[in-house]
Amino acid sequence: MEEMKDLVLNYVINEYQEDEDEEITYDTPLISSGYVDSFSMVSLKVFLEKKFQIKIPDDKATPEAFDTVNKIVELVNEYTNK
Amino acid sequence: MTNIGSYEERVRNFDWSLSENELKHTEGEIINIGWYCSDRICEMGKGNRIALYHEGFGEIERKYTFNDIRLASNTIGEYLRALGINHEERVCLFMDRIPELYLSFLGVLKIGAVVQPLFSAFGDESLHVRLDDAKTRAIITQRKHLSKVRKIIDKLPSLEFIIIVDHNRAKELREKEVAFNLQEATPVEEMEIYPTKAESPSVLHYTSGTTGQPKGVRHVHYSLISQYLTTKWVLDLQEDDIYWCTADPGWVTGTSYGIIGPWSMGITQCVLDSGFSAEAWYRFIEKYKITVWYSAPTAIRSLMKAGEEIVKRFDLSSLRHLASVGEPLNAEAVIWSEKVFHKPFLDTYWQTETGSIMITNFPGMKIKAGSMGKSFPGITGVVLDSKTFEPITEPGKVGLIAFKPGWPAMMRTYWNNDEKYREKFANGWYMAGDRAYLDAEGYYWFIGRDDDVINTGGHLVSPFEVESALLEHEAVGESAVVAKPDELNMEVVKAYITLKPGYKVNDDLELDIMNFIRKRLSPLAMPQEIEYMDSLPKTRSGKIMRRILHAREWGEDIGDVSTLEDD
Repeated sequence: MEEMKDLVLNYVINEYQEDEDEEITYDTPLISSGYVDSFSMVSLKVFLEKKFQIKIPDDKATPEAFDTVNKIVELVNEYTNK
Repeated sequence: MTNIGSYEERVRNFDWSLSENELKHTEGEIINIGWYCSDRICEMGKGNRIALYHEGFGEIERKYTFNDIRLASNTIGEYLRALGINHEERVCLFMDRIPELYLSFLGVLKIGAVVQPLFSAFGDESLHVRLDDAKTRAIITQRKHLSKVRKIIDKLPSLEFIIIVDHNRAKELREKEVAFNLQEATPVEEMEIYPTKAESPSVLHYTSGTTGQPKGVRHVHYSLISQYLTTKWVLDLQEDDIYWCTADPGWVTGTSYGIIGPWSMGITQCVLDSGFSAEAWYRFIEKYKITVWYSAPTAIRSLMKAGEEIVKRFDLSSLRHLASVGEPLNAEAVIWSEKVFHKPFLDTYWQTETGSIMITNFPGMKIKAGSMGKSFPGITGVVLDSKTFEPITEPGKVGLIAFKPGWPAMMRTYWNNDEKYREKFANGWYMAGDRAYLDAEGYYWFIGRDDDVINTGGHLVSPFEVESALLEHEAVGESAVVAKPDELNMEVVKAYITLKPGYKVNDDLELDIMNFIRKRLSPLAMPQEIEYMDSLPKTRSGKIMRRILHAREWGEDIGDVSTLEDD
């Protein structure tokens, strides 16, 4: 679980963080704070699906479900366990 | 009682001098948008009225009176002047929706320079194209966006000043970089406003077309005349209103109706600088008791998707008037807002090039859900036959939306591209680039674009720009970009590509290409789907037939394929 969180966190930091001075943690709001906008969410969804070999239904890929690393991992676990 | 009163009477008696008189502007005299939006309001005795409630990440609130924005814009203006920025030189604003963005907008205008707001999510390539074309002299930005500017600075010999509003003193500034902290600067009480006239250039907004690079739309200070009156009659802003325009000032809605319109009327407005969340938006409306809300169909559809239960948790009874912009507002959204907010969102239609609202629904007027509405008084709008460019008189017949030139906010040209500007006119009419029909009561009904430009979430994306950027990816051989229908955004970008020899389709490649475009251009331009082909459909002369791919996406007839290259 920790490994999955770190994987997702590192991806978010590498791909979406613009200001090096700001710290992104497992609980940092990503969508609601503007780090990842709604258009960029698609690339994050593609990353999760490819990395974890899952399919996330479009209606589950909501800004709320993607808003923090912790919530993302929760969602991923829901589909890796299926 | 609405500001417009009777639409029919306004149309019968209309003259733009009505707006000039209210603003006490006389032909030939000085007119400066920055002054009108701050100093004039203070001179009217409203200096202590709140101009801006700003909420940033973490619900951090800042508020500014009209006197505060007068002082802040003076301070920024004098700072730019001291750097040596002259009138008509371009100053780019490349910031998130922080107060400094709004205050700098006025400050740049006050010294007679041309303000060039750019969407802060633009990647370095998008930024470079626009700054290079405009020969921008200064850019005001934040440290989080600095890396993008630094990547391209060597390719921008005209760019002399990179002004950072939130510089971290622990970090070193590089050549051309300067730190300017508004909170620490000594406020400038008196400032000599540059004596701009009606035709002095004011705002430069870049917009995308089907082919070629994005075009800089040049507006003038006289645009205020229509921006003020359309704000008053369409958005119906009144003395005690609390207004929220959700548009980013990187786009024309965020300046015409997110700064100029409301502040020239002395109206209090709110800005929420955070990503979209239905809960955050409803909480914001409740907290500030927002009365007039100007938003976009994509956002409205996102709210619809969030459901009705969440609405019930908030007191939104303050809302009295709602309007929408950016793309056609589907009838379903109008009906939904009537049910949930007890009033409809009114669709408004206009463009970067028009500078102000052209066709719209009006408060108090009969609303036909799904219709664009009627022409604004003083605007002569028609649909033209696509072959003869003559006005169509038959109701229901589809043609090209066009307007008689000469309204105050009409663009004056495309920057560096008078030729492209002249192409916007046919038979004496300004061509909007959209197709529609008029019904028997004079209501317009939108059909579609007349070109290949993609309208995603209310923002125009050029397929040419995306295709060109795709070709810069090492794996991409050929590319074609079309609009794909999308329930939320109306359209999203879809790319068809062939791969260069030696590259194979694999899990990582799609993601790599998506992120490549997202960072080079913008998240809007990022293909939401990529489809690999062995070859793209082409004419015998080698031109990629985008329309065939478009027809595939939309389930349309692919039309004449006699020129299609044989396999």
